[in-house]
Amino acid sequence: MIQFDRFTLSNGLRVLVHPDPSTPMAVVNVLYNVGARDEDPQHTGFAHLFEHLMFGGSLNIPEYDEPLQMAGGENNAYTTNDLTNYYLQLPADNLETAFWLESDRMLSLAFSEKSLATQRKVVCEEFKENYLNKPYGDAWHKMRELAYQVHPYRWMTIGKELSHIEKATLAQVKTFFFKHYTPCNAIVVVAGAVDTPCVKKLAEKWFGDIPSGVRYERSLPAEPVQTAARRLSIEAPVPLDMLCKTWHMGARQDLSYHATDLLTDILGGGASSRLYHALVKEQQLFSSIDCYHFASSDPGLLTIEGKLVKGVAIEKAEHALHEQLQKVKDDLISQSELQKVINKTESMIAFEDMSVMSRAASLAYYELLGDASDMNKELSKYEAVTAEAIREQARTICREENSNTLHYLASN
Amino acid sequence: MLNRTQAPPIIDAIQYQLHLKPVERATLDNGTPVYMIDAGAEEVLQLEWVYPAGNSYETQNLVAATVNFLLRNGTSTKTALQINESVDYYGAYLNRSCFNEQALMTLHCMSKHVDALLPVVRELVTDSVLPEDELQLYRQNMKQRLEVNLRKADFIAGRLIDTYLFGSDHPYGKYSSAAAFDALERSTLLPFYERHYRQAQPMLFVAGKIPKGLLGQLNRYFGDLPGSALSCPVHPLVRATQKKYRISNDPQGVQGAIRMACPFPNRHHPDFIPTQLLNAVFGGFFGSRLMSNIREDKGYTYGIHSYLLNLQQESAWMISTEAGVDVTEATLTEIYREMERLRNEPIGEDELLLVRNYMMGGLLGDLDGPFQLMGRWKNLILHGMDEKYFYDTIETIKTASAMDLQTLANRYLQPDAFYELVVV
Repeated sequence: MIQFDRFTLSNGLRVLVHPDPSTPMAVVNVLYNVGARDEDPQHTGFAHLFEHLMFGGSLNIPEYDEPLQMAGGENNAYTTNDLTNYYLQLPADNLETAFWLESDRMLSLAFSEKSLATQRKVVCEEFKENYLNKPYGDAWHKMRELAYQVHPYRWMTIGKELSHIEKATLAQVKTFFFKHYTPCNAIVVVAGAVDTPCVKKLAEKWFGDIPSGVRYERSLPAEPVQTAARRLSIEAPVPLDMLCKTWHMGARQDLSYHATDLLTDILGGGASSRLYHALVKEQQLFSSIDCYHFASSDPGLLTIEGKLVKGVAIEKAEHALHEQLQKVKDDLISQSELQKVINKTESMIAFEDMSVMSRAASLAYYELLGDASDMNKELSKYEAVTAEAIREQARTICREENSNTLHYLASN
Repeated sequence: MLNRTQAPPIIDAIQYQLHLKPVERATLDNGTPVYMIDAGAEEVLQLEWVYPAGNSYETQNLVAATVNFLLRNGTSTKTALQINESVDYYGAYLNRSCFNEQALMTLHCMSKHVDALLPVVRELVTDSVLPEDELQLYRQNMKQRLEVNLRKADFIAGRLIDTYLFGSDHPYGKYSSAAAFDALERSTLLPFYERHYRQAQPMLFVAGKIPKGLLGQLNRYFGDLPGSALSCPVHPLVRATQKKYRISNDPQGVQGAIRMACPFPNRHHPDFIPTQLLNAVFGGFFGSRLMSNIREDKGYTYGIHSYLLNLQQESAWMISTEAGVDVTEATLTEIYREMERLRNEPIGEDELLLVRNYMMGGLLGDLDGPFQLMGRWKNLILHGMDEKYFYDTIETIKTASAMDLQTLANRYLQPDAFYELVVV
């Protein structure tokens, strides 16, 4: 049971406090309700580029990292299609340094031309390192464009193309900042060796006078229901054929979420999972295979991705995959298989909750979804999933007309 | 009115007196040493069995890693699937990993399930049969994985720099190949398993919320096994004479993988600890000089790091980055320039205080969870050291002078001592 206190400042900033006296450290996690899905299709990659700019100095503080390091702290951040999250950890004695730094960059960035010019280059190198200079690096660019026709999930957080990042201007940066990086669009979690009255005082002092901003009301185009299978085949200089197949699934807050999550575990969670055992070990059609999803806030994609054993025809591999899916659609899984994936989820939650940093990030995430206290209800939601519910999700999701198939073939 | 240009007062982390929670030591009936740290709030455990079964002991390439991998792929009574199911059912994770001196079996589980899982581990270290069909599949899938990795410049660079430093026959320098996978025979693996697992004495490291009676259970399942100590063979170092390399792997590559490295003595050498402080200034964290110059000022790379290799016999000082193909040579120039600055100018007191505080803050955070604590202890024990090394490190972080560090920079950061490699 994760205990926390919660209050809201008059400018709309939500603050959660999770005291844990067993650590000498304090964690400050600042989540902004903006991700790649909120970008203009002509300026993709912006939310992520912006994350880089958040370290390039703020209105009153020329350098973010140095004072934090001097205070014995370290930090990082990440951007997803749904949100942007900044987190830091430092000795609890120096907690106020974190408030000083985080509040100033929520107040306003320095908007330096030099920082923008450098970070454009850094992000382009990140783009090359992760998506261009790796075999299969562009597979998800292709898959997103295939599976989403109107919803902004059709591009990656890094951006659709390098040119969008190369052309970013300071004027766009400013507009983006004042639209999204405001108290009423942020959630702050303070955790570790801290107490609520002290956090309240510091929050009022440092964040209290920041203008509230306008609450961002998201109205993204909903992806129309897919009615016919889509297929794409590409050739590239990779050594092995890869099969990637996705099906539209529900959103993170849908009632069906927990059953769907367990379904992915049944299919692809580890060495005793069905796909690994049947397709890698028994039939030896794939050299590796995974089943996963991104727990996305808007309706997401259940994904199965595997590399084929050399010489195996991709049609044969896909057919064998369909046979496995047919089994979970036809037959109920056994109680012990169900118990296995619930046990796995229970231990995953316990291991995640060991770190105060991870607890702080989870609290912010659940608060964004609706209510931080839902974090404590997750396990019971998994425990309530039945074999029937899992079969129901398999039948609803894993239909051919709901699928997107990418054959990523080795050119010779 | 709040003055936002004024930083709040801080306590310098160098003022902290850090305390390394001691490890509890016990011995099973057969002399197997057990190290335990009982800490943490969650009901979880990490158990590690450390065997003298690293690649230093093998006489044929990949034998140690293959035996380690196949440990959980079949015993005389269970198939791989049955083993996997018996672990997965409890939501546990059973991993194995093979290093140069040691090879490990690691179990992560909820404390309440540990009793059900210990017999499974016992079975794997006493009764694995390394089945022929599993070996066959392993060979095939590893060769395919290797083929994908060989398309990656960073993978190639990581392999090559190690061979320049240590030699391609040295355990620290040798690497896999399709031919080496093909040459693996079950008949070579079995004796290695017999000698390095079945007959060998492991060390046990246990961390987390330790249930009452766990030591008794460990004794029940592992206290009656034969256990001979093995001494690790020492292999001759064969360093490359050529220092500079440019390798072309992918004509379409848009980034070059850069590795630079110079030989460095192991952890027992008195220079090792103060050099970690110097390394932090050089390229050891986000605020380091390499990162500030080459990423934050020039934008040549997404990241650049320097570090001392965590190896037991012999270390090396490594610099690693991926940079755009048009700026790889400019990146090298800047790396040499930063070495030169460290040799010629003492590090400023402000910068040094920042790095001291940053390292102390990091250590304070690291001493937090039971697994991190055990990670620190295990590293000490496997290197044949004790807590003195930890307290010496703290003392050095607090007190090493700019002049000490400049002396070290002049001793080690010499361009002629470095191998230099770019793979595109």
